[in-house]
Amino acid sequence: MRPILMKGHERPLTFLKYNRDGDLLFSCAKDHTPTVWFADNGERLGTYRGHNGAVWTCDVSRDSMRLITGSADQTVKLWNVQKGTQLYTFNFGSPARSVEFAIGDKLAVITTDPFMELTSAIHVKRIAGDSTEQTEESVLVIKGPQGRINRAVWGPLNRTIISAGEDAVIRIWDFETGKLLKESDKESGHKKTITSLTKAADGSHFLSGSLDKSAKLWDTRTLTLIKTYSTERPVNAVAMSPLLDHVVLGGGQDASAVTTTDHRAGKFEAKFYDKILQEEIGGVKGHFGPINALAFNPDGKSCSSGGEDGYVRLHHFDPDYFNIKI
Amino acid sequence: MFSLLFLFSFLLQFFTYHRKSEEIKLTMAAEVMLMNEIEATAAQMGIDMNIDFSSIQLPPGENCGIISDDDDVYHDDQLEFDSGFGNVIVVDNLPVVPREKFEKLEGVIRKIYSQIGVIKEDGLWMPVDPETKKTLGYCFIEYNTPQEAELAKEKTHGYKLDRAHIFAVNMFDDFDKYMKVPDEWAPPEIKPYTPGENLQKWLADEKARDQFVIRAGTDTEVLWNDARQSKTEPVYKRTFWTESFVQWSPMGTYLATVHRQGAAVWGGANTFNRLMRYAHPQVKLIDFSPGEKFLVTYSSHEPSNPRDANRVVINIFDVRTGKVMRDFKGSADEFAVGGAGGVAGNSWPVFRWGGGKEDKYFAKLGKNMISVYETETFSLIDKKSLKVENVVDFSWSPTDPIIALFVPELGGGNQPARVSLVQMPGKEELRQKNLFSISDCKMYWQSNGDYLAVKADRYTKTKKSTYTGFELFRIKERDIPIEVLELDNKNDKIIAFAWEPKGHRFAVIHGDNPRPDVSFYSMRSTHNLGRVAKLTTLKGKQANALFWSPGGRFIVLAGLKGFNGQLEFFNVDELETMATAEHFMATDVEWDPTGRYVATSVTSVHEMENGFNIWSFNGRLLYRILKDHFFQFLWRPRPPSFLTPEKEEEIARNLKKYSKKYEAEDQDVSMLLSEQDREKRRMLKEEWEKWVSEWRRAQEEEKLERQKLRDGEASDEEEEYEAKEVEVEEVLDVSEEVLSFEE
Repeated sequence: MRPILMKGHERPLTFLKYNRDGDLLFSCAKDHTPTVWFADNGERLGTYRGHNGAVWTCDVSRDSMRLITGSADQTVKLWNVQKGTQLYTFNFGSPARSVEFAIGDKLAVITTDPFMELTSAIHVKRIAGDSTEQTEESVLVIKGPQGRINRAVWGPLNRTIISAGEDAVIRIWDFETGKLLKESDKESGHKKTITSLTKAADGSHFLSGSLDKSAKLWDTRTLTLIKTYSTERPVNAVAMSPLLDHVVLGGGQDASAVTTTDHRAGKFEAKFYDKILQEEIGGVKGHFGPINALAFNPDGKSCSSGGEDGYVRLHHFDPDYFNIKI
Repeated sequence: MFSLLFLFSFLLQFFTYHRKSEEIKLTMAAEVMLMNEIEATAAQMGIDMNIDFSSIQLPPGENCGIISDDDDVYHDDQLEFDSGFGNVIVVDNLPVVPREKFEKLEGVIRKIYSQIGVIKEDGLWMPVDPETKKTLGYCFIEYNTPQEAELAKEKTHGYKLDRAHIFAVNMFDDFDKYMKVPDEWAPPEIKPYTPGENLQKWLADEKARDQFVIRAGTDTEVLWNDARQSKTEPVYKRTFWTESFVQWSPMGTYLATVHRQGAAVWGGANTFNRLMRYAHPQVKLIDFSPGEKFLVTYSSHEPSNPRDANRVVINIFDVRTGKVMRDFKGSADEFAVGGAGGVAGNSWPVFRWGGGKEDKYFAKLGKNMISVYETETFSLIDKKSLKVENVVDFSWSPTDPIIALFVPELGGGNQPARVSLVQMPGKEELRQKNLFSISDCKMYWQSNGDYLAVKADRYTKTKKSTYTGFELFRIKERDIPIEVLELDNKNDKIIAFAWEPKGHRFAVIHGDNPRPDVSFYSMRSTHNLGRVAKLTTLKGKQANALFWSPGGRFIVLAGLKGFNGQLEFFNVDELETMATAEHFMATDVEWDPTGRYVATSVTSVHEMENGFNIWSFNGRLLYRILKDHFFQFLWRPRPPSFLTPEKEEEIARNLKKYSKKYEAEDQDVSMLLSEQDREKRRMLKEEWEKWVSEWRRAQEEEKLERQKLRDGEASDEEEEYEAKEVEVEEVLDVSEEVLSFEE
């Protein structure tokens, strides 16, 4: 089917997120305004105004009531999804790079960039059920990894936090003590900056994408490397189908290095791989510029991609897609 | 106590080293080695090395009496290059003068020697006898670079200051060497004969595969092309094998690597051992003779006086013994050939080898002459060069000692341009052809030396534009007949020209971009063997380069660079396209030496897509390998076949009989492969299933706790979708038909 082209952002996309029901799609971009769309027809539902810098990331609560966004304006904001109003603002001394609600939505993990004298850090905040009782206080702050931490997510039962970033190492931290539990080793791990990390629906395994032109699949509990998917270009975004054994990698040449000779030179395709056999099965072209964000609808029947070109492309799969055999 | 202090200083050094290594980006390997050294030293001294280095903290402001050599070491490293005496010369046989004349003599010497290069500050030292205050008749001169010193030695050795004082100039470093010469001659030790390895073993590969070498990043790797299994098989790999490039010898026996100190060749039966080294500092280019007997190395050195031309050093080595057979030194101007004003730079190879695989002759283009040397004595044939006024280009026949040379038009058209064929070593002119209103001319030899095509660009009558024609020489026929060929549309630009190897046909790309035409011609038309005839023209192809299979018959029309890697595999016997394909951004195309496979590669001129594809001769993609920073792909050449042409023809005729065996083998392999493939997939699936069941179990175990985290919301299942395969059968139509029954 023809993809639905969703134009609403004026700057490159940074992040995409479906709610649990799969009817809403939240998009973040460098243009300060996170936007919510109907996930089936791509109609724009509303925007969340208030940030004063590029919005890098977001997450939505399980009941789709609350949205949390992290921005380069050094704040993380909680929003009322329906009304678009700000509920609370966490202030940091440096840009917020990633946010995620824990299971139960009572905690959120936030990573902040190194900025001025501050080093990068992972913060855990308690999210109050009633936003009037919300406090600024951090439950836990983890420091240590060099360079930006591009993504931090919760492990099973909120017991661990998994982080990855510029130093190309994936780390698992204990949430109770803040201690480092496991580290991916140099041999099997990524060689360059890890740009994205996405968990499977049940959180049992996760996929990391890196500028070293590969994506790797890991076991969440043991940090065992299970699969490696290699491609020809740097990977900026990864997604896993919740339905079929497919993974999608998006990326491309750095926007500043894009040649002007041929649009294919940059390889701005989203590539589908068989999750088990690690073989390429197809690609979706369309973006004029690298792909920065990818997300699968929780029903596995559609996915969307966000590009440096400022567009979100929403793909509803054809029936053929579900019968791919290799 | 002493040893402890020693260790401590060692550790400190390690630290400074360590810090520096980050700055100057030493490799990990070096650090590891350093660590090993420390450990070894510690073990010798009986010290327990289980110290956490990072736990050691020096008190601030205290250096424990050990001065940090952080900065000094770095500078010392730099200085070491210059601290040798390679740039010092000793000038002997100077006049012995009293103190009054000292300054005058010094002035004279300085004048002479500063013309050649830059003398270092305080670099001229003339010792004086402490008693008589007279000079001792010699002096030392230190130049900025060893090259200058060498040049000074060469130029002024034997310089006559006056009748009584003829300079004797030596390199300072040579003194040591001369002092060591024993006074009595001793017979050289005769080493017992040790049989070498079979350097041709790769040819005896059971599966008749070919090898190739690739260079990517810092790794150089030799691999088998196992096309049947669609993969490569490693032979040998080495990091930092070469400092600039690698090159096979023309018959594939050796792999040459290039280093700062010189070149080296590698080979062997099962692995790659270094067989010989050829010392040549700062070597830039190398070239093998066609029979791989000799190796030519080239370097060019910046003069310290920027007005001078670069100095060129060329050595010719015997490949097997490593001996320098002849060296050539001079300014770059002497070796600059071709180009309108002779400023186009050197074209490599400077020396072109002639006379086929026997490596008998080599020649160099000079001003108004071609210098032809023979390898018996490494001197000019008849002790003089071949004089040809205004010659600008020449080329050897690939098989016979024949030189084709080109002289452009002179005197504003009064003296026509000419192409002539000269036989060596007698220097007889075999054939000559005058050409009129020529602007440029290129010569193409057919690989057997049967034909020579001369592409001549002529001015039109108005002299405003040019058109192209071909002069075709039939070398092997009596009197060497020449035929003139013009294209159907003679205004077409010629983009590429290529002879069919060992064949009678050639291909031309002509016309205008973006869609030029490709034409094929045969030197033997069907009814007249002595006439050239056009076979066909393919219109509007996206091609700018031609790659014939080494066995002839098949050709790849490639659109490189601007055409982004379009490939067309064409069969010239049947005049049909076998396949069209694309290797996006491809920069290089190379046939394997047997003509069975084609490799296309994207080298690191592009940032992306680096790697190579292997295709069958008919354009089926067999496999592709991606490598970042991909520099080189080279098939290992094979020596010529030992089969006689008759035998080869016989095989070609009865190909069915011979191929049966291989077809059966192919079948077996493909069966095995699909079996292996299935097996591999099954394994992967099984492995995956194991993970999945493990995850399910864990998920189940944690179910209650998760529920608790969600305030008792028990809805794990509803967020999970599952893919189910459902087969639906539908009867579309049923029809009955009565079939008549025949006896």
